[in-house]
Amino acid sequence: MKKNFREISIAAALVVVLLGLAIFAPAFFQPQPLLSLLAREAPTLIVACGMALVIVSRQIDISVGSQFAVCSVCAGLLAAQGWPLPVVFLASTIFGATMGAFNGWLVAGLRLPSIVVTLATMVTWREALRWLRQGEFVNLRDGTQWLGLSQVAGQWALILIALGLLVVLALATKHLSAGRFVYAVGTDAEAARLAGIRPQLTTFFVFVFMGALVGLAAMMNVVQSPQVDPKSGSGLELKVIAAAVVGGVAVSGGRGKLWGVFVGLLLLACISPALTHLHIQAYWEKAIQGTIILLAVVADGLRTRKQNR
Amino acid sequence: MLQLSAVTKSFGAVRALKGVSFTLEAGEVHALLGENGAGKSTLIKVITGAHQPDGGTIEINGERVTQLSPAAAHKLGIACIYQQPALFPDLTVAENIGLRLEPTAPLRKVNWAKRQQRAAELLQRIGAEISPEAEVRSLSMPEQQLVEIACALGAGARIVIMDEPTASLTRKEAELLFAVVRDLRKNGVGVVYISHRLEEIFALADRVTVLRDGESIQTCSVGNMDEATLIKLMVGREVSHIYPPAEGAPGDVVLSLQNLGCTASGVKDVTLEVRAGEIVGLAGLVGAGRTELARILFGITPADAGEIKLHGQRVTISSPAQAVAQGIAYVPEDRRRHGVILEMPIAHNMTMAIHNRIFPGTWLRFGAEKKIASDFIRDLGVKAYGPEAPGGSLSGGNQQKVSLARWLATNPKLLILDEPTQGVDVGAKSEIHKIIRRLAKEGLAVLMISSDLPEVLGMSDRIAVMRGGTITAMLPAKSDAHQVMAAALGQAEKGAPK
Repeated sequence: MKKNFREISIAAALVVVLLGLAIFAPAFFQPQPLLSLLAREAPTLIVACGMALVIVSRQIDISVGSQFAVCSVCAGLLAAQGWPLPVVFLASTIFGATMGAFNGWLVAGLRLPSIVVTLATMVTWREALRWLRQGEFVNLRDGTQWLGLSQVAGQWALILIALGLLVVLALATKHLSAGRFVYAVGTDAEAARLAGIRPQLTTFFVFVFMGALVGLAAMMNVVQSPQVDPKSGSGLELKVIAAAVVGGVAVSGGRGKLWGVFVGLLLLACISPALTHLHIQAYWEKAIQGTIILLAVVADGLRTRKQNR
Repeated sequence: MLQLSAVTKSFGAVRALKGVSFTLEAGEVHALLGENGAGKSTLIKVITGAHQPDGGTIEINGERVTQLSPAAAHKLGIACIYQQPALFPDLTVAENIGLRLEPTAPLRKVNWAKRQQRAAELLQRIGAEISPEAEVRSLSMPEQQLVEIACALGAGARIVIMDEPTASLTRKEAELLFAVVRDLRKNGVGVVYISHRLEEIFALADRVTVLRDGESIQTCSVGNMDEATLIKLMVGREVSHIYPPAEGAPGDVVLSLQNLGCTASGVKDVTLEVRAGEIVGLAGLVGAGRTELARILFGITPADAGEIKLHGQRVTISSPAQAVAQGIAYVPEDRRRHGVILEMPIAHNMTMAIHNRIFPGTWLRFGAEKKIASDFIRDLGVKAYGPEAPGGSLSGGNQQKVSLARWLATNPKLLILDEPTQGVDVGAKSEIHKIIRRLAKEGLAVLMISSDLPEVLGMSDRIAVMRGGTITAMLPAKSDAHQVMAAALGQAEKGAPK
């Protein structure tokens, strides 16, 4: 109980919000809008899982939104050429992994601070894309949207992919040596190094993995609309960092669980539709999200201070 | 001008000062002497206001002072010059001096001309040829110390504490510093001088106080002292702890070092052998290069000279991962920082170094992990509620056992222990000693770094004494404290150094 205190309290907050909605805005639970909401958040969940691992290893990657846009456009172009969808999924993942490897090389290889590195790559990818594509949308072929299925089936497929991946990743961080290395490096890189773990290599692969997940998520977003917006993914980094932090991932590294991130993301994702249903003006959304994040961080800060005493 | 009587200070259960009396008069250099952990640093921190004493009295200039804070000490004219100068490397000398001496109101306008002029004056007063505009980064260590002294002078310090100021200086640089110290004395400043170099104390000090185990043993004029007596005063203590005896003769040579050196960490020309079943104690003062040697052997700062042989085979060790693969284990000194990860369960801590071995299929096998952890918890007598207990919930001695278990799990041939019982209570200490002896008996070669002199004497089959980055003496098991201390201080007796 004490171990998962943070995750459980977020889950409790989510339940409270959902109960409130059930009482005051039962329309929120209409199947079709709810399904659309979840499908929209499915790619975000995947990026948030990657971000959680990056933060657990005591790094940050704010270039995910730009990576997302680059992968979306590239994948869209390939799909428009008529490449088979599974191949496009793979290609998008590889694009992402390559961009992640570049970040990883700069952070782990050259030992530069990740906030600066990814700030630079964030701007670079985004502007390069704008220059190359001049903001042009990519029109997709007919069979691409919803993976060639009906909308409902496609949405279900995306949600299940995201949930499946969440389960696999959550198990992997617990059951793979690699997962434990990430936590060890994030808590105490020097102690990990003395124990024969290679912190730099671990960090590098965390960034590669982050990129790969972004690539996959980008493709999952592409198949939700008939054309690819080259501005997609803007603000994504804030959203996933927020989900991770609210979900109990410690910004100081070494602590956090993926299912907590899942709950944190759901909580943040509920706010916007909830406001609509409650007839509150939409610009309260950011303020409420900000308050939740602030609460989460303050709770962490108080907790660490208490521990250090 | 400074008088401490019966000052006591405890940290938790550790009594760092058990009643120290110390007086400093104007215009004298008063040396403070004692082995590692005798309480010198704590005493300085009490004088500079960094620590509040638990008992006893402090009088400064004849007035009793209670609640001495660093700011108050500063106002009373107490300045401390540490071994590593605490200057801002990116600022100029004048800016550094200005930061210390000028008022700190945030919106005060800086008078640059005046600042430069004052810096130049102060530097001139101590005869330092340093430009006030030089960046501190570009200065040598002794030059930086001179800047510190200039700050102390500028603050009108009447009491200057120097903590091993010559530790990183060459002889010539030290001579310059001595001239400055003598000058301070002539001007009526009282200097508390701490050094491990006895010859300096004889050259410089008027009086000397010997600390041992947190007590002031004796204060006397340097003129009436000789080195042998001083050393005796420093170590003269009875061994109150029973150490497990060595049994049987040591086996084959496991580790053999030939003229090993590493420029980066200042270790040079180390030649040493450690045999299976043998505990070799590595004694020496802080900064003698013992931990640095261990870090070379573990591939953290790889050697750039000489050779390392394991079981007669020459090896290169350039990373901890390689060292582990070669059968070397290193239980580091600061277990809180580099050993046990406090947030992780002890089972995870114990298996951290053996992932490739117990989890060959990359999937963690929690059953196997739990069994390993439970076995070690039983074998080493770790007091914890189970393998799931987080490392942070254990006492110091038990954390040390967890750290030890992590390395024993790698099934090493050579075990390097760095201060294995630092900050551990007496009971756990004796248990750890028994474990170490048992491991040696089982055929492990043990290299044990320790600043705890009785521990080195009681545990070691042979004692290697380091000084200035190299081994200066090899002493047999039944050496006495006096011999070890003499070698560590560089007062070699029977032609021990090579």
